[in-house]
Amino acid sequence: MKTLFQSIKLLLVMTFLLGGVYPLAVTNLGAWVFPTQSSGLLLKEHGTVIGSELIGQNFSKVGYFIARPSAAGEDGYDALSSSGSNLAPTNKLLLDRIEVRKEALHVRFGEGEIPSDLVMTSGSGLDPHISKLAALYQVKTIAKERHVDEVQMLELVNQHIEKKFLGFIGEERVNVLLLNRALDKHFGVLNPQHE
Amino acid sequence: MVADITLFISFLILLIGVAKAYSGFFTKVLVGEKNVLTPILAPLENSFYRLCGINPHLEMNWKKYALALMLFNGVGIVLVLVVLLSQHLLPLNPQGLPALPFELAFNTAVSFVTNTNWQNYSGESTMSYFSQMFVLSVQNFLSASTGIAVAVAFMRGIISKESESIGNFWGDMVRITLYVLLPLSLVYALFLISQGVIQNFSPYISAVSLEGANQSIPMGPVASQEAIKMLGTNGGGFFNANSAHPFENPTPLSNFVQVFSILFLPISLLFVYGKMSQKSGEGRSILIAMVVLFVLMLGSHYTSEKFGNPEISGIVGESAMEGKEVRFGIASTSLFSVATTAASCGAVNGMHDSLTPLAGMVALVQMMLGEIVIGGVGAGFYGMMAYVILSVFIAGLMIGRTPEYMGKKIEAKEMTYTVIAVLLPGLCILLFTGLSLLIPDATSSISNPGPHGLSQVLYAFSSASGNNGSAFAGLSGNTLYYNYALAFCMFVGRFGVIIPMLAIAGSLARKKVVPFGKGTLNTQSTLFITLLVATIVLTGALTFFPSLALGPVIEHLMMLERVSF
Repeated sequence: MKTLFQSIKLLLVMTFLLGGVYPLAVTNLGAWVFPTQSSGLLLKEHGTVIGSELIGQNFSKVGYFIARPSAAGEDGYDALSSSGSNLAPTNKLLLDRIEVRKEALHVRFGEGEIPSDLVMTSGSGLDPHISKLAALYQVKTIAKERHVDEVQMLELVNQHIEKKFLGFIGEERVNVLLLNRALDKHFGVLNPQHE
Repeated sequence: MVADITLFISFLILLIGVAKAYSGFFTKVLVGEKNVLTPILAPLENSFYRLCGINPHLEMNWKKYALALMLFNGVGIVLVLVVLLSQHLLPLNPQGLPALPFELAFNTAVSFVTNTNWQNYSGESTMSYFSQMFVLSVQNFLSASTGIAVAVAFMRGIISKESESIGNFWGDMVRITLYVLLPLSLVYALFLISQGVIQNFSPYISAVSLEGANQSIPMGPVASQEAIKMLGTNGGGFFNANSAHPFENPTPLSNFVQVFSILFLPISLLFVYGKMSQKSGEGRSILIAMVVLFVLMLGSHYTSEKFGNPEISGIVGESAMEGKEVRFGIASTSLFSVATTAASCGAVNGMHDSLTPLAGMVALVQMMLGEIVIGGVGAGFYGMMAYVILSVFIAGLMIGRTPEYMGKKIEAKEMTYTVIAVLLPGLCILLFTGLSLLIPDATSSISNPGPHGLSQVLYAFSSASGNNGSAFAGLSGNTLYYNYALAFCMFVGRFGVIIPMLAIAGSLARKKVVPFGKGTLNTQSTLFITLLVATIVLTGALTFFPSLALGPVIEHLMMLERVSF
């Protein structure tokens, strides 16, 4: 009986310290030292939040680089239901979906081999990046759609390539939202009627 | 390829180096000596003892130790359950999330208390900030401390001579939590925030995308939970996508440190063992056996993923990118996946359900072996000890002598408990997988057709029984049957191993030390390391090969033949 009371008391004291004091301390320190990071690296334009640097978005309109397909929510990139497809490599559904995506990309970007990340969904469904390969693959088409010089477009993309950490940790990649925002800044906002 | 190998090698060197450097401090904490943090934390520690009416110097025999442990974990389950059932009435719930249904709350309570952190829910749409902080995070700490406490109690059992005591459970719990887990988590959480892991109490943010679409972005105190989730080999994500979620694991560097933090304390504990027993060679031989197995597992996993999926054509780049994040790619995902199943962590940075069949099998095998390839905090050590005892016993049989380990005779009693600890989780895995395949309600949860469907069920019960928590997440686990069946396996897989191991510790503690003789097997020798690795592989293979052949092995062969389902 004494052991039971000791258990209950220790659990409550621990809960107060680890569940209350500790996260509050981290929150306050975080807000003080890294205010933008702790609140989600939000991007704002004219006072409204257009998204987070870390959370991917759908890009379906002409003139924007496309992101990876997403399994989060019905239409993809639903940040309230982060998820992968969980389809097995031998699942026909996965192979069929990849074929459908390949055909769609062939229509917009022309025939040829497609960077794999553009036809496969990510683990979170919110992957903010595409591979360097996938960004370069789109340059020609996006430049044409925007009526801008391909070299200029390539230069902008190159500026947005994030390198491997120390040259061997992680992969080379491009943040799609940051790149598309830069497109709007450099080449003007797309006219929604202009499709 | 060169970069990937560099990654793996530098990871292992850094891991072992830092773990060794930390072990001096770690040992002082565990034996209760003065250390650098004593001036700051001793007043807090003592006030805990006073508040709870604890005498940390009271020696406990194994039964008292086990009783305190079970009661403490028991009231832990009750508290989690109560909070999850009433979270709609509690504060810090800006999204107004409702209470959990009973079976889901029960599953989650057992899951977090047993250090499994299997999740039949999606965090961002189920758990209030209060529940995440006050019960889930707290159990992340306490279940990790419990694991380490058992490991230390076991060490004391081996080391002490003709004694009844294996230490004081309360003292172990308080010291491990205050001196080891809390300071490390605090620093680690701040590092994670610097990388972009969020930490706030804001309601979810509404954003309007560049294309004019609405996006709701979840918020929360993520970093504080993320730190202990990794350090304590817990693995339960704040969000559904776990460490694949950019808010939990935003950069390649954060990913590297996360993998590091899974294995850091378990490896450090081996050096502690060497220091406490004053035989550093004993810790080293176990470390070598673990690292050999780890390298084999990582090599197979990475090769399988790199080889990819031959059924997909017309693409450039890696063909196994389904379920993976671009910032991690194949190498960092493989490393994470192998580390998380080597330990009892279960966090994932890519979806295991979409792994190539043989890579999925590596994850599965490591859990089936009981997560002793390095292993979870504490659990890896005492799990491995069961195999060490098994190995010296087999060696003893071969030469016809009573087996000994560290000068302690291994007799019928220890062997009985060892066999229970080794077999119980395996029994749960196979019996429940078999049973589930007979229940229509259970098979309807399977999402992938063909042999992968069997792998999904097998994976679920291996993960639960091994207290891992990772999943082939296509399986719909949030059903009445799976919630209770998995909870049962988690409970047995945790305490069905802890109690026999504590019993062995108690029995070893009472024994005399016999001097090292001619016929004694040298447990620091290459011969012993080989024997240990062979025992682990053979035990695993004999128990699980048939089920693996029907799942991942067949799937792999079918994939090579371009068959899909």
